[in-house]
Amino acid sequence: MTTPAIELRGISKAFGPVQANKDISIRVMPGTIHGIIGENGAGKSTLMSILYGFYKADAGEIFINGKKTEIPDSQHAIAAGIGMVFQHFKLVENFTVLENVVLGAEDGAMLRPSLAKARSQLKQLAEEYELNVDPDAVIEEIGVGMQQRVEILKALYRQADILILDEPTGVLTPAEADQLFRILGRLKEEGKTIILITHKLREIMEITDTVSVMRRGEMTATVKTQDTSPPELAELMVGRKVLLQVDKVPAKPGAMVLEVKNLNVTDSGGVHRVKDVSFTIRAGEILGIAGVAGNGQSELLEVLGGYEFGKGEVLINGQSIDLTGRHSNGQTRRERGIAHVPEDRQREGLIMDFMAWENIAFGYHHDPKYQKNRLFMDNAAIRDDTADKMQRFDVRPPNPMLQAKSFSGGNQQKIVVAREIERNPDLLLVGQPTRGVDIGAIEFIHKQIVALRDQGKAILLVSVELDEIMSLSDRIAVMFDGKIMGERLPEKTNVKELGLLMAGVAGEAA
Amino acid sequence: MEKMPKWADIFLIPLVSLVLAAIFSAIVILAIGEDPWAAVKLMVKGALGSTYAWGYTLYYATNFIFTGLAVAVAFHARMFNIGGEGQAMLGGLGVALVCLYIPWPHWSLALIGASVGAALFGAAWTAIPAFLQAKRGSHIVITTIMFNFIANALLVYLLVNVLKPVGMMEPATSKFPKLIQLPSFRDMFSTADTIMFRGAPANITFFVAVAACVAVWLLIWRTRLGYELRAFGHSESAAKYAGINPTKIIMVSMLISGGLAGMMAINNVMGEAERLVLNAVEGAGFIGIAVALMGRSHPFGVFLAALLFGFLYQGGAELALWTSIPREMIVVIQALVILFTGALDNMVRMPLERLFLGLRRKPAAKPAAAE
Repeated sequence: MTTPAIELRGISKAFGPVQANKDISIRVMPGTIHGIIGENGAGKSTLMSILYGFYKADAGEIFINGKKTEIPDSQHAIAAGIGMVFQHFKLVENFTVLENVVLGAEDGAMLRPSLAKARSQLKQLAEEYELNVDPDAVIEEIGVGMQQRVEILKALYRQADILILDEPTGVLTPAEADQLFRILGRLKEEGKTIILITHKLREIMEITDTVSVMRRGEMTATVKTQDTSPPELAELMVGRKVLLQVDKVPAKPGAMVLEVKNLNVTDSGGVHRVKDVSFTIRAGEILGIAGVAGNGQSELLEVLGGYEFGKGEVLINGQSIDLTGRHSNGQTRRERGIAHVPEDRQREGLIMDFMAWENIAFGYHHDPKYQKNRLFMDNAAIRDDTADKMQRFDVRPPNPMLQAKSFSGGNQQKIVVAREIERNPDLLLVGQPTRGVDIGAIEFIHKQIVALRDQGKAILLVSVELDEIMSLSDRIAVMFDGKIMGERLPEKTNVKELGLLMAGVAGEAA
Repeated sequence: MEKMPKWADIFLIPLVSLVLAAIFSAIVILAIGEDPWAAVKLMVKGALGSTYAWGYTLYYATNFIFTGLAVAVAFHARMFNIGGEGQAMLGGLGVALVCLYIPWPHWSLALIGASVGAALFGAAWTAIPAFLQAKRGSHIVITTIMFNFIANALLVYLLVNVLKPVGMMEPATSKFPKLIQLPSFRDMFSTADTIMFRGAPANITFFVAVAACVAVWLLIWRTRLGYELRAFGHSESAAKYAGINPTKIIMVSMLISGGLAGMMAINNVMGEAERLVLNAVEGAGFIGIAVALMGRSHPFGVFLAALLFGFLYQGGAELALWTSIPREMIVVIQALVILFTGALDNMVRMPLERLFLGLRRKPAAKPAAAE
């Protein structure tokens, strides 16, 4: 029997009263791709941070290639042949690829010999693994997929035999993700060991050999990928059966609710973010906007939500709304029947230091039913309302007096969704409704969105998760570089076609 | 999950900080060859030992309540108003104008008029810095502190050239009319047999200050404006999403803050000096920052912290009067208190948080062992 490349035995780690990792043991065989899957907060990142020397485990042992190894910091991890590719890249934006690769691994005081050595090595690595990157390109000028390759090259340059990738496809288009998987396959053939951390079941099924499931700090199972199925993995992750597919009847579109005509947005930095965008949404339908993050979707939501400014025409129920910000803000939008679940609940949707009840009133604090008289707010009424909403949206724990930051991501999102949906808006703007939300809550939130549609409301859904777009939308528009590349019907398109549109390759007219 | 219970955050941390400041002060006093214990006794006696002493302590505390509230209100909107000094000077100007040029029939009406004048002038003095912050992004800390100097220069000019009665040597206004003299604690609390608060400057303004604490509490936690103000202070991006107008919040919070700082002048100008002199504020505007920090920007905390600083101020003055401890020593002690309660907050907080976390984990483990 071969020795495992990595073996963890009985790893435990607590942060204060929170047990992030409980007695975790795992064996990763050399030359395999091992997936670690689990919901947010299941302890995947903590476990990998221990392996990479960012945290010290409270208990447990680490064996690398059968040898017991202490990893007090990342230098030791690198020395042990471990390389890590973080979700958020750690690159110097205005350095070239070559300089980034060498950074921290220089041979001496003078840079020139190191750079020369790195250049020849990069060429070799490129040939060996089909990892082509221009060594003299500046990081900020190359795409996200390329930047990720640089991260992988950095690890390989430091002679990593074990590569850990943390949610590597979060920022990639489907095509870029496929390329990444091809590279990973190639690395595996060359005998490298790869640990892939993800929450996407599809990726696990597609590329891994073995998969370990984590739930609430514990390793609940390790299985051969070919012997398992997505529903089984989902059940292992959540601890109960989950509906992966959203149940919905065909849409019955009614009157026109939102008309956007030739919308243009230039942000405060002078960058043209949204370019001549036009679309419509009718009552009782969901328009999904797909696209890689940063292609103008955020600005589109912000303009419609009333706190970014644009040019063009936007009609709600046939009446135009002000886009200049001179006569409008988030308050006036709400009065016009637009509710908004923002993309970033921690930065915009919630005030993390406010208690749940204060957050339920947020944005609607002028509502007459929240006022005691002209002078004072009726805090007791808000608290009652909050307790009621928390119960109906299954927010746990259902305590209006807890601060927003003490809820889990899924429950925070439920607070925001409860607040916005319960307003019974004509148009609901939803940005990344399930980002950082556990599977159980995703199922719930999706159901609520579909239910609102079935009540005859118009919904604009922006998401970078293609699965989400595909399963929820009645129509799909794809944004790239501020433009809408095209509209498709979910039953008449596929991930590949959408992926091409997301990468800016215009398909044949639909 | 909270790291430690609320009472520890509110009472224990300031208390530990104070003890630390006291220990360091004692060391400094020892180092200059004086007896710290005797100094403490003298300070307590001088600040709390008689109604006269209390009369001074509460007089200073009244000043600090106003300036502390001023800083606290701005803090809630994450504005750092360190221009309390200048705003209080201008408040004094407002009080003086109201008292000198309007013939009031009774002190109570004059008190209302002076309060309005003080608040308006103090608020007006923050209007420009607040506008520059809201519209141009000029940092409020820089502009408010510069406005302190401008206020000083303005006051010198006005007192020397405009307001000074002909023939007077000192740059000050003439005395306010006797009719509008505010009732002092002596007037209010002395009985036929015993005279209380003899010669002490504490006056009815103290109760105005207490009322201001209540009003600020209501404003911050019970009104829509207070809600918007706190929301903006916690997260500007979220406030934008909700449709809260940043310009309005910055302007309004700073105007209220300036108004509160200005209202301090009712106490020192109308209640005590009964005329406007130069340097009437005596640093109370800056002490307000420490008071707000120590009081956790909560009106009740500000009230307690203002009492403490009133004690330090009065006790310190006594110390300088009766011992060979130099006057500068008092500044050192006050500085140590500010240092420990304000700037070094985390130094005390972190070990205490760890302590409470440790305490919490143990009881969680214990039940299993006990069974």
